[in-house]
Amino acid sequence: MSQQNAVEVIDVSKNFGVFQALRSVSFDIQENEFFTMLGPSGCGKTTLLRMMAGFETPDTGSLRLQDRDIVDIPPHKRRVNTVFQSYALFPHMSLEQNVAFGLENLGWDKARIKARVGEMLERVHMDQFAKRKPAQLSGGQRQRVALARALAPEPQVLLLDEPLSALDLKLRQAMRDELRSLQRDTGITFVFVTHDQEEALDMSDRIAVLGSGEVQQIGTPSQIYEEPVNRFVADFVGETNFFDVDVLEANDNKAKVRTPFGQVIEIPAPVDVSRGKATLSIRPEKLNLGDQVQGIDFTAEVRHKHYLGGYTHYVLDAGGTEIRASRRNASREGDTISVGSQVHVGFVQNSARVLAS
Amino acid sequence: MSDTAHTAHASAGASPARRRPLNLAYLGLLPSWLIMGFALLLPILIVAAVSVSTRGAYGGFEWGFDLTGYSQILFNEGWEGEMEFTPQYLIIILRTIVLAALTTLLCLVLAVPVSYFIAQQSSSRKALLVYLVTLPFWMSLILRVYAWMIILGKDGPLPRFLEVFGAPSGLSLMYNDGATLAAMVYTYIPLMVLPVFASIEKLDGTLIEAAHDLYGNRWVTLRRVILPLTAPGIISGAILVFVPALGAVLEPILMGGGKQMMMGSLIQLQFGGGRNWPFGSAIAVMLLVFVMIVLIILALRAARKEAAA
Ligand SMILES: Nc1ncnc2c1ncn2[C@@H]1O[C@H](COP(=O)(O)OP(=O)(O)O)[C@@H](O)[C@H]1O
Ligand SMILES: [Mg+2]
Repeated sequence: MSQQNAVEVIDVSKNFGVFQALRSVSFDIQENEFFTMLGPSGCGKTTLLRMMAGFETPDTGSLRLQDRDIVDIPPHKRRVNTVFQSYALFPHMSLEQNVAFGLENLGWDKARIKARVGEMLERVHMDQFAKRKPAQLSGGQRQRVALARALAPEPQVLLLDEPLSALDLKLRQAMRDELRSLQRDTGITFVFVTHDQEEALDMSDRIAVLGSGEVQQIGTPSQIYEEPVNRFVADFVGETNFFDVDVLEANDNKAKVRTPFGQVIEIPAPVDVSRGKATLSIRPEKLNLGDQVQGIDFTAEVRHKHYLGGYTHYVLDAGGTEIRASRRNASREGDTISVGSQVHVGFVQNSARVLAS
Repeated sequence: MSDTAHTAHASAGASPARRRPLNLAYLGLLPSWLIMGFALLLPILIVAAVSVSTRGAYGGFEWGFDLTGYSQILFNEGWEGEMEFTPQYLIIILRTIVLAALTTLLCLVLAVPVSYFIAQQSSSRKALLVYLVTLPFWMSLILRVYAWMIILGKDGPLPRFLEVFGAPSGLSLMYNDGATLAAMVYTYIPLMVLPVFASIEKLDGTLIEAAHDLYGNRWVTLRRVILPLTAPGIISGAILVFVPALGAVLEPILMGGGKQMMMGSLIQLQFGGGRNWPFGSAIAVMLLVFVMIVLIILALRAARKEAAA
């Protein structure tokens, strides 16, 4: 049996006035998947999520939910629930009533609703507050009730719009684990929106990176991080160094390039790279320094140093090009490189990547 | 310490106020007390006093204590002084209450979608639309009612329009309760739209989306989310419409043709042609008491809601 897609976004475009918010966006979200839409603010994530919920309609293209076209189906008839960024709990209802609201509208019988509401509030550790009003809760507690309310009707897809952004740092970390385990336990497809790359890498099965209204790349967290397909993705997800390089030869996802430091090397590249000017991307932690050097090797001067305990970040100058490198302090001697000194820098070939400029 | 001294020095004139703040504070309120006393309380007290006085032989009244004014609301004194129950005034009172309640209800039903529509517009359009809602207040009520008489009257635009759909020619829609109701709804609807709009505008739009998201259709969303959250505005609007509608005089006389009397015109009549000031005052006092009871009930309910939230 072939795996059915939970959501299919097919060639969706959307304009607000003259502003193009989405440009022919297409992707599939699989059943039981923790799928994240990641991108900078204003790139169209919320618009896309609202289309899945039914609060926006695409100008062109279509959306399918479990093999059914949903563009003309109103929000209250889609088996999809949303966790709103502002939580949107009904202020005049108790937590119990909030969670029961969707179930009542689905016509569940009283006993079943009562059982389900109790079960869901318990699942998010809010059962002892069942009779309270939302105003009497903290932000994190409201968040959990919003989750319980959205999960109670067992939707086919759960949509979450930056649900953690209003929480403080510690709570955010705890909620990541909580969300992830809720997704595993319920088996419900989660579509998660965030602009926080760390959140996306940590929680997702797959990530769609969106930029200026377009899908830039779709893949697993490690594909997105290690094999970015363009400058935008390499730059937005994690930190990286870019160098201008000449591509001498390109084929089979490999490119032969001349580095600014003189060597000619063959390194991984996406298909759209061809002969001519290109960009070499290498992440700070892939550069090794001093005694740890292996692979391609050049020298640079140490400009700044940020000692962070477990890691030290260095800002280097290699013939006028600024480079960022980070080094794990694996032994006590780790921190012997001093500012102003010349240092050997190196990287192994397949940890760098060539991208079209 | 130096701080206090400095302040005292800087405002030496105000220092007695600090020692005895109550006296001066009350003195400052004197104008408003005077206005309240003379413009609000005194007339009510006079009306209450007149309502328990004796009817003068040639109109007016003579001071005294006499409850005839009140008994006349329900009873008619027969030839031999026996009291007969006469429902005619009771009917007028009930008709008035029903008409005011219908006016309030129709205003509400019309005002909710209108307010909702205005609340969804851009902020400049909002300001314009709110201004338009208040526009009728800039013209005298009597002129506006006359305009309605023309619209509904014989050969007016509305009967003419209905003729197209087969209504008999020469039809007049004037001089009935429907005409009165139309003019009353028209007159009072801005008083409903403004508070309802204010509370709908405050309503968080994502709550409405959340209701739809949780499988609530329009009706469920209206009943379970929009109405409860805009209840304060609706109650204010209902009070603002219902209370003056109870005492409406112009619309029933001009639009209803005065055939079917309303409380307002009944009271007016007693001070004019009826020459029965105590009776007119008694009805007025009764109306006042009724309104106050309704307001107190509404206020208590609102307070209980507030406490629960
Ligand atoms: N209703 C709207 N009217 C006009 N512009 C809108 C509307 N909704 C979104 N936009 C614009 O579309 C772009 C994408 O918005 P959004 O989907 O909210 O981005 P994100 O959630 O990724 O931050 C933004 O530039 C935003 O200003
Ligand atoms: Mg957003």
